[in-house]
Amino acid sequence: MSKQVAGAASLPSRSVGSGKAEMGDGTGVSSTTAPAKKKLSVLIVDDDLMIRTIHTILVSRVGGEVESQVAENGKVAVDLFRSGKSFDVVLMDWEMPVMNGIEATKELRNMGVSSMIVGVTSHSMDTEKDTFMAAGLDDCYEKPLSIKILKDILQKMKIDA
Amino acid sequence: MRASLEGEKQQTDQSMDGGLMQMQRRLAEYRNALFKEGILDSQYLQLQELQDESNPDFVVEVVSLFFTDSEKLLNDLSRDLAQQNVDFKRVDAHVHQLKGSSSSIGAEKVKNACIVFRNFCQEKNIPGCLRCLQQIKQEFLLVKSKLETLFKLEQQVVAAGGSIPTVQQPIL
Repeated sequence: MSKQVAGAASLPSRSVGSGKAEMGDGTGVSSTTAPAKKKLSVLIVDDDLMIRTIHTILVSRVGGEVESQVAENGKVAVDLFRSGKSFDVVLMDWEMPVMNGIEATKELRNMGVSSMIVGVTSHSMDTEKDTFMAAGLDDCYEKPLSIKILKDILQKMKIDA
Repeated sequence: MRASLEGEKQQTDQSMDGGLMQMQRRLAEYRNALFKEGILDSQYLQLQELQDESNPDFVVEVVSLFFTDSEKLLNDLSRDLAQQNVDFKRVDAHVHQLKGSSSSIGAEKVKNACIVFRNFCQEKNIPGCLRCLQQIKQEFLLVKSKLETLFKLEQQVVAAGGSIPTVQQPIL
């Protein structure tokens, strides 16, 4: 059911932080440091505030190297990408007002977005999941996600990046 | 005099500890019963695992959202089914939403009732749908009442200076 696509977003990457660091011997000699580790970014797209709350906390529990943003429907998600934002992973609900997950996924793929898009839905039948996958998802899971599944998704993301 | 005061303090501490232990035991038994009776499933435990010092009220907040959303959905469903021409697509959408949110907090009986409801929706069976709606309302009121009691017991334990023991696996 999974489809592997390049995980990196096709839009310009966000700037990374850099700063001076002091030598351990306290001499205060500054040197250039390695750029700050880029955080994985996750966009949580769901019209249900409860799910957005649960998944936001889930993402924060995965570790410090992951950050998240929310969108309450597919149109908000598409508009975020159109505005120049980029995300490594999109957790996409199916049933949403204004623009549902199938429409939003198709739109994002048409725009050339190659971020990992993972469907998260209450639809449990295989035929239903196949319909959602056909829109352009990389994978699809029943909601709510567990920490283990989220970690697997993000791990897959790091491997593909 | 001092020895007698210290002895009294020791006795008070012991009885307070005994009271706290009794509260914690009652809480654990009450919580286990909810799993045993199928009112809650393991998803509730997942929510508890997400709660920590930085989000101490996470479970209560999420469950409160569930209560509010569900009450609205149940009202919507009552209205939908009272229409002259029932829009089953709309009914199904609401039940689907309720199934999703009940599943998210581990309200197993509500979720299962929603699954049955959806079957009647697909058959466009109004009496079946109405029976299911009644069933869901009952299950919802039950889980709401049980969770409110659970939260009260947890508050009592915390107020008495105790901590809420985490449950790794429900004892069935």
